[in-house]
Amino acid sequence: MANFKEIMSRPERLTGGHRMCAGCGGTIAARNVLKALKPEDKAVIANATGCLEVSTFMYPYTAWKDSYIHNAFENAGATLSGAETAYNVLKKKGKINSTYKFIAFGGDGGTYDIGFQSLSGAMERNHDLVYVCYDNGAYMNTGIQRSSATPHFADTTTTPVGSVSTGKPQNRKDLAEIIASHHVPYVGQTTFIGNFSDLHSKAEKAIYTKGATFLNIMAPCPRGWRYATEDIMHVCKMAVETCYWPLFEVIDGKWVLNYKPKTKLPVEEFLKPQGRFKHLFKKGNEDLIAQFQKEVDERWEQLLRFCEE
Amino acid sequence: MSSIDFINENVNWKNITPGGEIYEGGTADEFCTGDWRVDVPEFLAEKCKQCLLCTPVCPDAAIPVKDGKRLDFDFKHCKGCGICAKACPFGAIVMKKEEK
Amino acid sequence: MAIRERLSGNEAVANAMRQINPDVMAAFPITPSTEIPQYFSAYVANGKVDTAFVPVESEHSAMSACIGSEASGARTLTATSSCGLALMWEELYIAASCRLPIALACVNRALSGPININCDHSDSMGARDTGWIQIYAENNQEAYDNFVQAYRISEHKDVRLPIMICQDGFITSHAVENITLLEDKEVKDFVGEFNPKEYLLNEDHSMAIGPYDTPAFYMEHKRQQAQAMMNAKKVILEVAADFEKLSCRKYGLFEEYKLDDAETAIVIIGSAAGTSKDAVDALRAQGKKVGLLKIRVFRPFPAEEIAQALKGCKAIAIMDRCESFNSQGGPLGAEVRAALYEAGATPKTVNYVYGIGGRDVRVENIEEVYKALDEIVAAGKVEEPYRYLSLRD
Repeated sequence: MANFKEIMSRPERLTGGHRMCAGCGGTIAARNVLKALKPEDKAVIANATGCLEVSTFMYPYTAWKDSYIHNAFENAGATLSGAETAYNVLKKKGKINSTYKFIAFGGDGGTYDIGFQSLSGAMERNHDLVYVCYDNGAYMNTGIQRSSATPHFADTTTTPVGSVSTGKPQNRKDLAEIIASHHVPYVGQTTFIGNFSDLHSKAEKAIYTKGATFLNIMAPCPRGWRYATEDIMHVCKMAVETCYWPLFEVIDGKWVLNYKPKTKLPVEEFLKPQGRFKHLFKKGNEDLIAQFQKEVDERWEQLLRFCEE
Repeated sequence: MSSIDFINENVNWKNITPGGEIYEGGTADEFCTGDWRVDVPEFLAEKCKQCLLCTPVCPDAAIPVKDGKRLDFDFKHCKGCGICAKACPFGAIVMKKEEK
Repeated sequence: MAIRERLSGNEAVANAMRQINPDVMAAFPITPSTEIPQYFSAYVANGKVDTAFVPVESEHSAMSACIGSEASGARTLTATSSCGLALMWEELYIAASCRLPIALACVNRALSGPININCDHSDSMGARDTGWIQIYAENNQEAYDNFVQAYRISEHKDVRLPIMICQDGFITSHAVENITLLEDKEVKDFVGEFNPKEYLLNEDHSMAIGPYDTPAFYMEHKRQQAQAMMNAKKVILEVAADFEKLSCRKYGLFEEYKLDDAETAIVIIGSAAGTSKDAVDALRAQGKKVGLLKIRVFRPFPAEEIAQALKGCKAIAIMDRCESFNSQGGPLGAEVRAALYEAGATPKTVNYVYGIGGRDVRVENIEEVYKALDEIVAAGKVEEPYRYLSLRD
């Protein structure tokens, strides 16, 4: 992998001038994934409907330097399957000389939920493409409704905290694990840490591994999570240090843990800065935090087993 | 000619691009989001060690990097989110109230 | 040299696809169109085509992949029926609004529910406002010929719209009939190479497709799309004229059968037109002045031409193989009546819903319709303008 300074010196492939909120995590994810592309390679980007799409290609302003297609909410996987297939045919016919890479971006709504079938199909058919989920744990574009990526007890507009409700009643599903079960050559889970070497190296592996690959990037949303916008790096760090959001990859079926905290922090450190979990810190709700902690612990232990740690 | 030179609220239906296609990349670069700012970052070059930790965290690609060194902010696009100031280990970015 | 064959409608269309040798096919099986991707997969498996076949996991993904492929500069097609087309609904609009000339072989079947695998037109009629060109066939020869003509229409620079080539499920798709095929090279030369001006994989410059379109632009885009559909009418006729030179088979926007001096007429789409022609012949033999107008092109709707062709009739039965549940009749009824009204033509009209869910249409059923038209002419008025044919009362 190129070093950090080289990567950051590469030309921007997602320009400024898009209409995402100030401090948006989704944009940080997309911009840094594209940094992993070799400058000489071209790309076709597919985007599921969502914040990223409506804000980065508002006619006639596209923030994407590369060719870009938005089709609909639930079909970035299938749309990019078609583009990648077209590339293979046209390349074989000698109509195209350049190297193109194929990258889909979807939020957790377009990926975990409505686009799940289309993603699963694209993965199973093993098209040579990367699907990147920028997971902000709710349908942010429509105004913070719960998704199957929303953590337990989160206060969302369809799981509001109320006199008889403590937020989302269900837990979240592990999409990286589900995609790994498609036996694709590469799956990576990451977020924003330090100089982004974890994210950049996973993006490079995902883009340059032949076949269908998947990246799950936790990308906080300041509005939906209700933390102070400038604190995004702290929130990400706490997600990793509490083992709520472990950094791992699955390479040809082999699970690899990329980071193991020396001291696993209590989950409160992740929850506390976020307004969506404010109610958990009210007196009498201690058992809810304990329950959250238990779930995090169980998943972490399972991951350690997968990784043979 | 760039699409954004002729696509504006005066373009008629015959001259608009079919299907909303745009035949170039990065036209959003021409769109100013700098006026969204409430707070504005100030780059204190003398304190900067060029570690570049401020650059990947910017959602708006508003910290240009040239040959391994960051330059001053791109104020046309910076929305003043303040993430870079927190990411800087050397206090080389301070957030101030935007003067309008 | 024409090739004489005996093929089902599905195999005929699959042969047209093979001869066109497109770049990409993405499809998901559904009765009664399943055979088309099956035949085509066999062509792929035996190196008869250069096409990549994408075996997607649903029809929604079939059309989504077609959109991705066509937008990338590859000539792309699919085939489906019924609920498969319904599952594509959202994507049909997007394909058209993105101005992508995808071809779709639609084998018409009733929509659920209740589930029914037999022929009617509720699937493609439901898609009539999606922005796709729609051309219907009476028999396997027409299905084949229409498919050969498809890309010349859809890819034309003044059109750039997706095209749906429809045939009747089972009645046409599965019935083996005599057919005359063109030589492979004739089809290849007729259809020509696909060289789009703008596409995602254009190495000269990037391209962005599928914007968020604000109220400042959406309406202009729709008006432009509407113009493309209007332009298609002329192109369809030009392509038909070229096709006639090649095949000696003549096509128009619709077919007039013994309509010139007809006092009563039926307007109908698809395979039942063949049955109706037998009824016309039988009634003509009895000296009755009856005729028929068979719609070939439903989108764009040739309103002025239809009104012109029907204006001399005293009474017309418009036959819909589809319900629209508007309590007035079917979609063809609504559009033909509007065409007549606009043209100031004054025949009495009655709208029949017939043959839905595969209900048989026999010559005697159609003769009943002509009899009812005679009664309307005699009475000088229409008692029930919205009727069902062959329904047990």
